[in-house]
Amino acid sequence: MEKMVNIYLLGKQYQVPDDLTIMRAMEYAGYQLVRGCGCRNGFCGACATIYRIKGDRGLKTCLACQTKVENNMYIATLPFFPLVKQVYDIEKIKPTEQIMMQLYPEIYACVGCNACTKACPQGLNVMQYIAYAQRGEFDKCAEESFDCVMCGCCSSRCPAGISHPQVAMLARRLNGKYLAPKTEHLENRVKEIKDGTFTELIEALMGKPIEEMKELYNNREIEK
Amino acid sequence: MYAKEFQDSIKAVEAAREANIAYEPARMTAKEKEELLAAYHPDYKKSEFSELKFGPNKGESVPKELCEMLEAHSRIKADDVDLTAPKYDVDILIIGGGGAGCAAAIEANEAGANVMVVTKLRMGDANTMMAEGGIQAADKPNDSPAIHYIDAFGGGHFAAKPELLSKLVCDAPEAIKWLNDLGVEFDKAPDGTMITTHGGGTSRKRMHAAKDYSGAEIMRTLRDEVLNRGINVVDFTSAIELILDENGNAAGAVLLNMETKELMVARAKTVIIATGGAGRMHYQGFPTSNHYGATADGLVLGYRVGAKLLYADTLQYHPTGAAFPQQIFGALVTEKVRSLGAKLVNRDGKVFMHPLETRDVAAASIIRECSDRGEGVDTGEGMAVWLDTPMIEKIGGEGTIEKRIPAMLRMFASYGIDIRKEPILVYPTLHYQNGGLDINADCMTTNIRNLFVAGEAVGGIHGRNRLMGNSLLDIIVFGRSAGMNAASAAAKTSLGKLTLDHIAKFDAERKAAGVITDKVSPKLLPNYTTRKSEL
Repeated sequence: MEKMVNIYLLGKQYQVPDDLTIMRAMEYAGYQLVRGCGCRNGFCGACATIYRIKGDRGLKTCLACQTKVENNMYIATLPFFPLVKQVYDIEKIKPTEQIMMQLYPEIYACVGCNACTKACPQGLNVMQYIAYAQRGEFDKCAEESFDCVMCGCCSSRCPAGISHPQVAMLARRLNGKYLAPKTEHLENRVKEIKDGTFTELIEALMGKPIEEMKELYNNREIEK
Repeated sequence: MYAKEFQDSIKAVEAAREANIAYEPARMTAKEKEELLAAYHPDYKKSEFSELKFGPNKGESVPKELCEMLEAHSRIKADDVDLTAPKYDVDILIIGGGGAGCAAAIEANEAGANVMVVTKLRMGDANTMMAEGGIQAADKPNDSPAIHYIDAFGGGHFAAKPELLSKLVCDAPEAIKWLNDLGVEFDKAPDGTMITTHGGGTSRKRMHAAKDYSGAEIMRTLRDEVLNRGINVVDFTSAIELILDENGNAAGAVLLNMETKELMVARAKTVIIATGGAGRMHYQGFPTSNHYGATADGLVLGYRVGAKLLYADTLQYHPTGAAFPQQIFGALVTEKVRSLGAKLVNRDGKVFMHPLETRDVAAASIIRECSDRGEGVDTGEGMAVWLDTPMIEKIGGEGTIEKRIPAMLRMFASYGIDIRKEPILVYPTLHYQNGGLDINADCMTTNIRNLFVAGEAVGGIHGRNRLMGNSLLDIIVFGRSAGMNAASAAAKTSLGKLTLDHIAKFDAERKAAGVITDKVSPKLLPNYTTRKSEL
């Protein structure tokens, strides 16, 4: 017999099995989800959720698809959070400190409360990556923020109104495009293909009878 | 930490670990693979398929659940909407806001077309976001597009359409460069060399990755770029019926607001179907690694207006879905875990196959181990085998798991399992739709003009099985191409009068075929409110 727990979905009480995730508990209760449900596997950030256990003072944040229900859990889903996303032309901007001042000046209003870090369901050091962004250290900001799923939990708790996931997104693109080392073998291969280096080879393969292709496939050399 | 019923088996796995790391199991011969697949792969289970009684693929077999949706009624009658008063009037309508849809939108916008994207959830709620392992491209000196072609053609059982596969492999390096130039952060060595690994069935290490968030990193970058370009994205809105013009060419779609249920008409000179896969159809009762909206909508939309399907009878079951704990049942355990050295072992700690066979072979091999051979581990919810993740730390050194597969570490840690120290339980999960709409190399369907398709909704790029890392690749290569080609087709198109006559025509065909059904399609979303056990 499965053990049941009390939960409160947007304030209303339901009894659900204790081994369900919050998302599954909502469905068990009868919700046909349209909002607040995406990949169901912790990658898309659609199911940001705020909860409090009855009697606790602390307010917690999580992803509904990755968190088990607990007894007397008060649950409020946060299917959308109004993050600020500034637009820019990635070809024209430069990876300098000025770009953050220009697009996301509010990051310099960070009061250092660390509520963002405490709120992150991915366990990222959010305040630290914002500090890197302030200093224009985009490579470090990119690395520190890499596992961000852009759920917005951090921003929902920020007294300075920072849209942390969007700041990190900008830093990662700057790093990926401008700061990370260039890949010579990639540039070379793109050029070789444009020059038609492999055209004949590929066309020959396309025209080969299946039996010959089987021979080639079954006897191909596999890199160790 | 596992309960005590698993401990005996774990001890056997641990005891054999050193020897298993050193052991190099032989790869199966072509004949062994054929026999294994025929006996154990779900695609070969005839009782799970139905024959289509009418429509463009009449007489062909497809999964029962898909057949039901393909033969179902439209959600609307033709006179439910006013085709003369479209809410949206654009050059290109893109249905689907995943990787393929966004890549198409960016290129169409670049070409100067007026483009809109509709997506039934949010932009980026897509299988692309969940792709973990990586993206293939033959860009190393010891590799070539020709070798990539042979790997993919053989891995797909020699069934890929050559013109689609050659495009995939030849455009691959350019696709990586395009992503890198948009700011996607690939794993690189300090000198810029891409860090690449094997995937199942590859003969060269050509798997590029962004840790094990490869798809998420690509998806969030594409989404950011779509937003930067000011492209019109209409979210929480599905396409439920294509619209043709009087000449039989694609000319838009009827849209449904998922929340208010408002119906709207979008008129478009060209349409791109980028609706993705079908994991949430739960074929044969399998759990799935797919996102919530993966319900084969594009196949249904296309089929109803007469577009042909290719290989709709073949699905990919990813060999390593999480089998325990039940909260993550069916979730993807990336193939990269095996690329990094973890092997599959049975209840007794025995390695029963080479870890990098192609996915269909690996899935069938695990099913055999858990059924006829009786060597599976009973999880309480079903059978499973071990994937011995601690091997990775022994081979690559401490810290390898945290650096290379942080998402896996996090997913299992949520449930008290430290994959650096403990192995994990896996079983095949419904992962990918190998088949889909039949297209030519320009991404247009073979028989409906101005109807383009990109991404998982396409059939024929991979044949009857897809290699790891070729799907992230195909959404970029064919997404971009569909965007460019739709833009140039739109520039040459002037639309005739819009019509939904195909609905009545399809109804008449159903009646003539003697099919009686009360189902409507596309499915749009699965319903889990009553079926507690299905994730």
